[in-house]
Amino acid sequence: MLDNPTESYVTADGRTIGAVVMEMRGITLRFGGVEAIKDISFDVREGEIRAIIGPNGAGKSSMLNVISGFYHPQEGEVFYKGSKRPPMKPFQVARQGIARTFQNIALFEGMSVLDNVMTGRLNYMKTGFFSQAMWWGKAEDEETKNRAKAEEIIDFLEIQAIRKTPVGRLPYGLKKRVELARALAAEPQILLLDEPMAGMNVEEKEDMSRFILDVNDEFGTTIVLIEHDMGVVMDLSDRVVVMDYGKKIGDGTPDEVRNNQEVIDAYLGVSHD
Amino acid sequence: MPDQLIFAMEVTANGLLNGVMYALVALGFVLIFKASGIFNYAQGVMALFAAMTLVGIQEGRVPFAHLINAIFGTHVHHFGFDPNAALFWPFAIVSFLAALVIPITALLTKRVSILGFLGLEAITGGLFLFVWLVPAAPAILLTVLIMIAFAYLVQRFVFKHLVGQEPIILFMATIGLAYFLEGVSDLMWGSEIRNLDVGLPQGVNDWIDVTTFEALGYGLFIDNLDIAAAIIAAILVMSLIAYSQYTKNGRAMRAVADDHQAALSVGISLNYVWILVWSLAGIVALVAGVMWGSKSGVQFSLSLIALKALPVLMLGGFTSIPGAIVGGLIIGVGEALFEFAIGPMIGGATENWFAYVLALVFLVFRPQGLFGEKIIERV
Repeated sequence: MLDNPTESYVTADGRTIGAVVMEMRGITLRFGGVEAIKDISFDVREGEIRAIIGPNGAGKSSMLNVISGFYHPQEGEVFYKGSKRPPMKPFQVARQGIARTFQNIALFEGMSVLDNVMTGRLNYMKTGFFSQAMWWGKAEDEETKNRAKAEEIIDFLEIQAIRKTPVGRLPYGLKKRVELARALAAEPQILLLDEPMAGMNVEEKEDMSRFILDVNDEFGTTIVLIEHDMGVVMDLSDRVVVMDYGKKIGDGTPDEVRNNQEVIDAYLGVSHD
Repeated sequence: MPDQLIFAMEVTANGLLNGVMYALVALGFVLIFKASGIFNYAQGVMALFAAMTLVGIQEGRVPFAHLINAIFGTHVHHFGFDPNAALFWPFAIVSFLAALVIPITALLTKRVSILGFLGLEAITGGLFLFVWLVPAAPAILLTVLIMIAFAYLVQRFVFKHLVGQEPIILFMATIGLAYFLEGVSDLMWGSEIRNLDVGLPQGVNDWIDVTTFEALGYGLFIDNLDIAAAIIAAILVMSLIAYSQYTKNGRAMRAVADDHQAALSVGISLNYVWILVWSLAGIVALVAGVMWGSKSGVQFSLSLIALKALPVLMLGGFTSIPGAIVGGLIIGVGEALFEFAIGPMIGGATENWFAYVLALVFLVFRPQGLFGEKIIERV
């Protein structure tokens, strides 16, 4: 079932995972002489939660940056929805329906939570300059619709209470949630999460895990996430890619990965020659 | 009322109106600095270039006349007709048709509500009235188009290639741009002092003169041009604020000003926003150039008003639109009052340096300016 890229399958807990929506083929990324990613290939299926794990410096974030267009690999190709993706700028990738969050939170600190979430809707606003300039007419209509969507996401992530608060004043855990809200507001097909639980306490981690599962369940969003907390990842994801020193050392269901000797070595710190 | 107090009132009023002009120049700086972190040294030269272009079009001069004559051995200098007048009918007809057709079509095709119809009508009708009532309107609109083209060229050929560079490099690029643009301006329109008249009222305001004379026994001398400049500046600032708060592009501008990476990740093209911001700065430069040019002629010294904007920015903060305005007003009033009260004792001409001293004092006590973002370094 997993071998056929165009066929969908049903998981043990009864969720349907679709066909392959995105595929990395032989990605190699170099910074000067350093190879951050070495010839990595993997695919992402529609509706699944796909995790990329690995120790610090394994190249996970670089991989995510390749997907979202912030880095351009020297070799290899990204296939999205069946066709090869030309080199793209990050904003073009975002317009294709791939939203992301950042490891070190990149929010608009000076704006309110609502305004931040509304920026996620920018690509849904198409009204021309003139009615925009005065905000009347169609723009008014559009603003109302997009606002409704933004409020829906805000409700969903339970951040109504801080809607009008400037983001700069929020604690870390809430900022992470606002960033997720902004990414969700774009109604992405694929959501990239870069260490969504880094620096959180146990309670916050549980909250975030719940939200990620809910997003996947409610909106059917495909999620690619990076995490180095093994425990969380194993509970959350359908399939896992394991990276170490820029190479892929494992790929499969959490159970398969857990029993992979190379993965165990990487995490226990067996020396590399 | 003692004479001294009345004089002080007059000085304050004139200082305030002068401050509006400073604020206008500072505003151009703030727009670009906020969105791209570039301190645009060329803002003053942009004002000169815009004013020169406007005068050139109004007087019907051939751009690059010296260059053309030198290469082809010709003797062209004027078009022999008034481009402003020639453009009047095309502009008037197009804007009239736009006012007639766009809102009604939009209403009939149910793309807008009645409220939207009125809004569209207000914009297109306003444009038509502007062309119809302001004699210099075609030349002004053409100059706006040229400033937008300039913004595109600057972004395409200079700053697009400098993305992610150190602020000092970007600053150096704007210095280069300033001298380049100054040269282009010379080459295009010559370097003589030109008289600019776009039909703004000039001379002492009689109504204020008479009213204050009856009330106080002394008629305050306020120039109509200053009042007009203040009103236009106020309208400009309000529309800029409305634009940045309530439109898609405005939101994108604020997003880029806040965080480049985050802006990219929600699908905003930095390039597009920067062209937009440089265009807006160009339009602000045009307005500033028209105001200063109407007051003291369009000449090279116009580009030096940019230096007056520096203390305004130190005072108000580099990232705040209200800061630019309040800073401009404080500098305007401060230097006028200082010259009035202290100037005679120390030999006058204090306007040249007072603003900078005030700014230095501010730097010591509040380095981020009145409205700037507080600089907090986490350790």
